[in-house]
Amino acid sequence: MLAYSVRRVFSLVPVLLGLSLVVFFMIRAIPGDPAQVILGQLATKEAIAELSKDLGLDEPWYIQYFQYLGGLVTGDLGESLRTKTAISAEIWPYLAATIELSFFAMLIAILVGVNAGIVSAWFQNSWFDYTAMILALVGVSVPIFWLGLMEQWVFSYNLEWLPTSGRDDVRNPVEAFTHLYVIDTLLQGRFDQFVDVLKHLVLPAIALATIPMAIIARITRSTMLEVMRSDFIRTARAKGMSMFWVVYKHSLKNAVIPVLTVIGLQTGLLLGGAILTETIFSWPGIGRYIYEAIGYRDYPVIQSGILIVALIFVLINLVVDLLYAAIDPRIKYR
Amino acid sequence: MKKKYGLLLIAFVLLLSLGMAGCGKSSSGGTEGGGNSGGGTLVFARGGDSESLDPAVTTEGESFKVTENIYETLINFGEQDTEIEPGLAESWKESDDGLKHTLKLKKGVKFHDGTDFNAEAVVFNFERWKAGNKERFYYYNSQFGDVMKEVKAVDEHTVEFTLNRVLAPFYKNLAMSPFAIASPEAIKKHGDKFAENPTGTGPFKFKEWKRNDKVTIVKNENYWKKGLPKLDSVIFRVIPENSARLNALNTGEVDLIDGVNFSDVDSIKKNDKLQAFFRPSLNVAYLGLNNERGPLKDKKVRQALNYAVDKKALIDAFYAGAAEAAVNPMPETVAGYNDAVKDYEYDPEKAKQLLKEAGYEKGFEIELWAMPVARPYMPDGKKVAEAIQSNFEKVGVKSKIVSFEWPTYLEKARKGEADTFLLGWTGDNGDADNFLYVLLDEDSIGSNNYTYYKNPKVHELFTKAQSTNDQSEREKLYKEAQEIIKDDAPWIPLVHSKPALAGKAEIKGFKPHPTGSDLLSNVEMKK
Repeated sequence: MLAYSVRRVFSLVPVLLGLSLVVFFMIRAIPGDPAQVILGQLATKEAIAELSKDLGLDEPWYIQYFQYLGGLVTGDLGESLRTKTAISAEIWPYLAATIELSFFAMLIAILVGVNAGIVSAWFQNSWFDYTAMILALVGVSVPIFWLGLMEQWVFSYNLEWLPTSGRDDVRNPVEAFTHLYVIDTLLQGRFDQFVDVLKHLVLPAIALATIPMAIIARITRSTMLEVMRSDFIRTARAKGMSMFWVVYKHSLKNAVIPVLTVIGLQTGLLLGGAILTETIFSWPGIGRYIYEAIGYRDYPVIQSGILIVALIFVLINLVVDLLYAAIDPRIKYR
Repeated sequence: MKKKYGLLLIAFVLLLSLGMAGCGKSSSGGTEGGGNSGGGTLVFARGGDSESLDPAVTTEGESFKVTENIYETLINFGEQDTEIEPGLAESWKESDDGLKHTLKLKKGVKFHDGTDFNAEAVVFNFERWKAGNKERFYYYNSQFGDVMKEVKAVDEHTVEFTLNRVLAPFYKNLAMSPFAIASPEAIKKHGDKFAENPTGTGPFKFKEWKRNDKVTIVKNENYWKKGLPKLDSVIFRVIPENSARLNALNTGEVDLIDGVNFSDVDSIKKNDKLQAFFRPSLNVAYLGLNNERGPLKDKKVRQALNYAVDKKALIDAFYAGAAEAAVNPMPETVAGYNDAVKDYEYDPEKAKQLLKEAGYEKGFEIELWAMPVARPYMPDGKKVAEAIQSNFEKVGVKSKIVSFEWPTYLEKARKGEADTFLLGWTGDNGDADNFLYVLLDEDSIGSNNYTYYKNPKVHELFTKAQSTNDQSEREKLYKEAQEIIKDDAPWIPLVHSKPALAGKAEIKGFKPHPTGSDLLSNVEMKK
């Protein structure tokens, strides 16, 4: 198990190297000169040439790449061309905002998705099954953009239950410490702000949860259906065991592997920054950070941002892999 | 029987948990500002974050929107125009040859860090901009760069500027946000981090900046203008999406928003809890016609296309009427505007006839580039392009709509790869030079003259206008240039829009400025 983990971690190195190379070239393949973008429409040719030189953009690509790689090894993610601040110093607040949002979104997605899937399988072809699966179909196909604006319109504007956007009440701002506001407010004993932060989380988390929730529900249902047709389930029932335990204990345990895989993949995707959700709910997360960097041709931010997101994605899936063995004793790593 | 019961129970639990997720109506809805001592807090929501809070090192409007309230300039623009008024300088005098400008400074003004504002501070700022590298202090170099010979402190409250040559818009330039005077001590103290510790003499002091989220500024208790500012604090919040921003205004989470969709203006006007504001126009939206590509090389073809576009329909459909049809490349408020120039009226028949004369009776095919981003002068590039496409179709010109992601779009257009393209410009200082020379002079090819328009006579007029301080003479030169430009038709000038903003009904004293940098010292919230 330990040997396997170590091997898996090492296998990440070529993956990340390849990724850094792909990102590096893709960014440079798109037209648009960062010096021009930084200086704006008024810029003269001389000023642009001078800035390109200052930024090291006039160097050949391989020198630029190796300089970048060298920096990465020493933990230097580069400096943002736009804000002129070290990326390692400015990325955490964005990442924390996304982690917090993704965590709650996945919590909703898993709780609702897994249960809806189980109940749908349990009462296959019932009205609940049909409703849930239709909703799941709608869930994967509804445009997040529209859903977010509708949520704001219904829950904020008409019902006045929840705020439309942001992470906290700007008139009563949270003192950031870890930048995970749920934790920050608890650490400072500010229960009023804690409730406020949770309220700000509800709408974006639901919007973000919609797609993974639907996918999880569908996967759970289909694997559960398969498991529930197996012999050991029939035996369990024949022994007079209550249906609830048969479903939630025996069946679920055997259906959990594919469900876990999907959950891992979806979590990774969410952490990749849900640009649309972050835009509509003005959530200052990593997705918007990278997206805006693209508009400014802020190469270092795009490169390092994508690399960090990819790293998280790979790590989450590593954790999921290792969880398999913990959950299913039939799986052994050698 | 048993099965049904279980199902109902689970459905009930799910419903209950959904209900709980949405509970707590009583305590939310945003704490209303105002109420407490003094002027309260104004939350101003906008589409993007500031790039820097050091106005000298940026060219971006979202930065100036904040710095305008933290710093002050020697000369001010008028409340809602670009006429010059005293700022940190009380009075000024110009030598007969126009090369020396002497400014008397206001006494008793202090920076937020407690240090004195005086002639030395002004000199320090100018030296800093001059010594810095060119791209960093971009505006200084483009507006004053090779013109500024010397800036000297004559005494504690007198500064003397010596120029290499006459600079007609000298005072207008001084009124631009990037030339705000910052505290020398703060600059020395914070060095590279000055942009995160902005220190000026303005009505508000900097408090906090959370990138991509919000900037908070608070009342400067020692502000030299008595009784101002009226607000206790202002929070600039970033809400990128226009509809989401309006939603936040509707729920009361924010008090004032910019970047209002023109299509939403009507509903705002009808809502008595809200009010709409319109920024006086200092912009132009146009369809550039590349003067060096295909049939567009022919002046007659360019004129024909001018006749083909129905500007009024564009204004009604996409600007909710909050725009004027553009005749010249600059808005009417700019001194030197030629109102004798007649527009090419919408006349498809005339267009067809001109195309026939030019030998394109059967029409031709071109690309029509649509801006991928919304700007105050161009709310929806794609739809405007589609409208123009159908206008062109009527006179037999087939066009293919093309769009790229924004920086790519600008780069390609700059290289002259576009046949026709939508674009616009918002003025910096309200001077004619800042529109005409910047957008249409042959010197500007490769920067902002995307049409590659060249006319030696126009170039001569522009150069002459730059080197005289005689305003009436300059106006005459610009008026003549506008006539030639109209005839050469390098563009189809489309509209001068009045960008829309919206706020709560209780906001008083908010006057949007044409440059886009709004001074908020007179704003208050009254029930």
